[in-house]
Amino acid sequence: MKGHSRRELLTGLAFISPWIIGFSVFMAYPIAMSGYYSFCDYNVLTRPVWIGARNYIDLVRHDPLFWTSLENTFYYAALALPFGMILALALALLLNAKVRGMTIYRTIFFVPSLVPAVALGILWLWIFNGDYGLLNEFLKFCHVPQPQWLSDPTWSKPALVLTGLWTVGNAMVIYLAGLQDVPQTLYEAAELDGAGWWGKTWHVTLPMLSPVILFNLIMGIIGTLQIFTLPYVMFPGGSPVHSTYFYTMYLYDNAFVYLKMGYACAMGWIMFFMILGLTMLAVRLSSRRVYYGGS
Amino acid sequence: MSLDAHESEAFLALVRKSVGPVAVLLLLGVVFYSEAITSNMMPRPDALSRVGSAVVPFGVPSVTSGKGRIHVTYWEKWTDFEAQAMQDVVDRFNRSQNKIWVDYLTMSQIDQKVLVAASGGIPPDVAGLYGPNVPVYADDNAVIPLDSYCKKYGINKSQYIPAFWNIGFYKGHVYALPSTPASVALHWNKAIFARYAGRLRAAGLDPTRPPRTLEELTKYADALTIRENGKIVIAGFLPAEPGWWNWAWGDWFGGHLWNGRDRLTANSPENIRGFTWVQAFSKKYGPQAVQTFRSGFGNFSSPQNAFMTGKVAMELQGVWMYNFITKFAPNLKWGVAPFPYPADRPDLKNMTIADEDVLCIPRGARHPAAAFQFIRYVESQQGMEMLCMGQRKFTPLIKVSPWFWKHHPNPYIRLFRDLTLGKNVVATPQTGIWSQYNDELNNAFESVSLDIKSPKQALDDVQQRMQPKLEEYLDLERRRKGQK
Repeated sequence: MKGHSRRELLTGLAFISPWIIGFSVFMAYPIAMSGYYSFCDYNVLTRPVWIGARNYIDLVRHDPLFWTSLENTFYYAALALPFGMILALALALLLNAKVRGMTIYRTIFFVPSLVPAVALGILWLWIFNGDYGLLNEFLKFCHVPQPQWLSDPTWSKPALVLTGLWTVGNAMVIYLAGLQDVPQTLYEAAELDGAGWWGKTWHVTLPMLSPVILFNLIMGIIGTLQIFTLPYVMFPGGSPVHSTYFYTMYLYDNAFVYLKMGYACAMGWIMFFMILGLTMLAVRLSSRRVYYGGS
Repeated sequence: MSLDAHESEAFLALVRKSVGPVAVLLLLGVVFYSEAITSNMMPRPDALSRVGSAVVPFGVPSVTSGKGRIHVTYWEKWTDFEAQAMQDVVDRFNRSQNKIWVDYLTMSQIDQKVLVAASGGIPPDVAGLYGPNVPVYADDNAVIPLDSYCKKYGINKSQYIPAFWNIGFYKGHVYALPSTPASVALHWNKAIFARYAGRLRAAGLDPTRPPRTLEELTKYADALTIRENGKIVIAGFLPAEPGWWNWAWGDWFGGHLWNGRDRLTANSPENIRGFTWVQAFSKKYGPQAVQTFRSGFGNFSSPQNAFMTGKVAMELQGVWMYNFITKFAPNLKWGVAPFPYPADRPDLKNMTIADEDVLCIPRGARHPAAAFQFIRYVESQQGMEMLCMGQRKFTPLIKVSPWFWKHHPNPYIRLFRDLTLGKNVVATPQTGIWSQYNDELNNAFESVSLDIKSPKQALDDVQQRMQPKLEEYLDLERRRKGQK
């Protein structure tokens, strides 16, 4: 490397050094150490003791709560992800219509996603209250049985899914941005071919939106598998009977309540590989279904 | 990069313009800061000085800051009047001598914050932890033994109610000394008893007194459980309310949760009997009906509290309940009695659960000797009575002044203390896996209350899950010791 180029490189590195230092200290080092701690008995206060793969073996073979929390998490993701994506897409399609005052409607649907998760959780605790909650009052009015959303293990996870739907605003905005990019000429061509609203949606909108759908799917997988704040606020301890005890809650308890940081790190790495695997699977399965206009 | 003449001129003009507003902001800062200090909104300057003296640009009189003294940092968990009670003790200590100054900070989740600070090597000098933290923190080497200090200053077991000394005493060492103790008893709503005196009499019960045995408690509960249109509107007694000692239902029947060494006994016959008693309420009233009824309860610390609003006639509660009743339902007619015992086990009469907040010195504390001087002051009869009177609790010390009894506002304070002096006092097991064990027991309690599992099945599951955890914990403990 010539002197000039070297000087330019050093200058460049000097300029991005705040980021390099920040990334190394606050991201790369902790990530690397969590990998090391996952093979240790480590309680934060004493020096880590190397125990090989014992944390991983204990989790998989001797810890029923690990499987319970995993099952709960996937059950939730399987419900929340499709419902959330369909609702967000449906709202985006509705809010893409050319109607007067549309910006107001868009704002109204987006605002709930700005509510902090803790406030959201407390708000929905009131809505789901079995005795005088708004939802059960409505169900009573409709002469529909009113479940105990918060204390019945059958209904606790659906309650969380409903609460999660409140925050589809973010995904909806991304869909809306994607919809703005669909060329009008394609719709015109479809109309000339005699396509109606559904035909245009199915044959034009969805294919053109497919990269955005894939993006929201991947973000949804990551988000739903890592759900923490809402159940932590609404269902302390994963009540009732561990029906809302999610993977990240068990991870948190192991790390900060039971002081088993090594065990928690192992859980973190298992989750990382699961999300990585699912994301790769989603990308692979969708490769033939996603249309990138520029490709 | 350099500024040209025009930009320099503009910049100087901007600086000149900004001087006025900046000066005003600085002045406002000074005023707000002084106000915050005097009203205890902010930590005192000395506490901030640990972060960096540059952050504190304003001098404060040495009378209030303890300039030139050893600064002891003390973290506590309390809020409101409970925090103020300790603040008074701290102030008194700071005034009583001129060598040590205690910086008192209250915070939430203190156990976790102390842990993080200790692992980072900057713990407080004194930590106000919870009693059940002691074994975990001691095993993890997070707190130091206080034996030598206790010996030096003549602090020993004989000065304390044994139940409270024992909470801080672990594996032959003193790791913590009590700050405020607590015990529990049956609270009963006299107004509900009077209102439904006819129903009680019809059931052959005396409406002027609370139940004495658990069998009687069930009868009282049945008579006082009122339904309207199929819905429960008053419950005589609910084991799940307030649900803070779900682990102890076996203890009321003579059970224990472990053998004190290496074997858990979650599914002992006594514990199963306790959980069976619990489940009988769900079976009788219907789990769904109970859940619907309970979902209408407000927060514990609110005027909508189930006991204070008369939705639950009898409740297992602690010595602190007086404070909440005084605050939220001053006109409530209530009484306290020892929690009932099984009729076939009169030896379990006058049982209670003892718990306490404790004072520890975390490992790595900068001034452990000075920290213990403060702890010693709190543990003195004067300091302890001042603190416990401020929090309206009883003192864990054997010796109590006539002043304390005379001025204590809680009419049942002697009962709470006397219960802890008896032979039937239970406390949380001193084991490092307690948090997890307790979570499992709570889960079992929920399964039983919702009638999802039989008591035996629920407790067998706990035993099966937790016994390996205990063995694993003991094994790791042995390994850690081997590495030292």
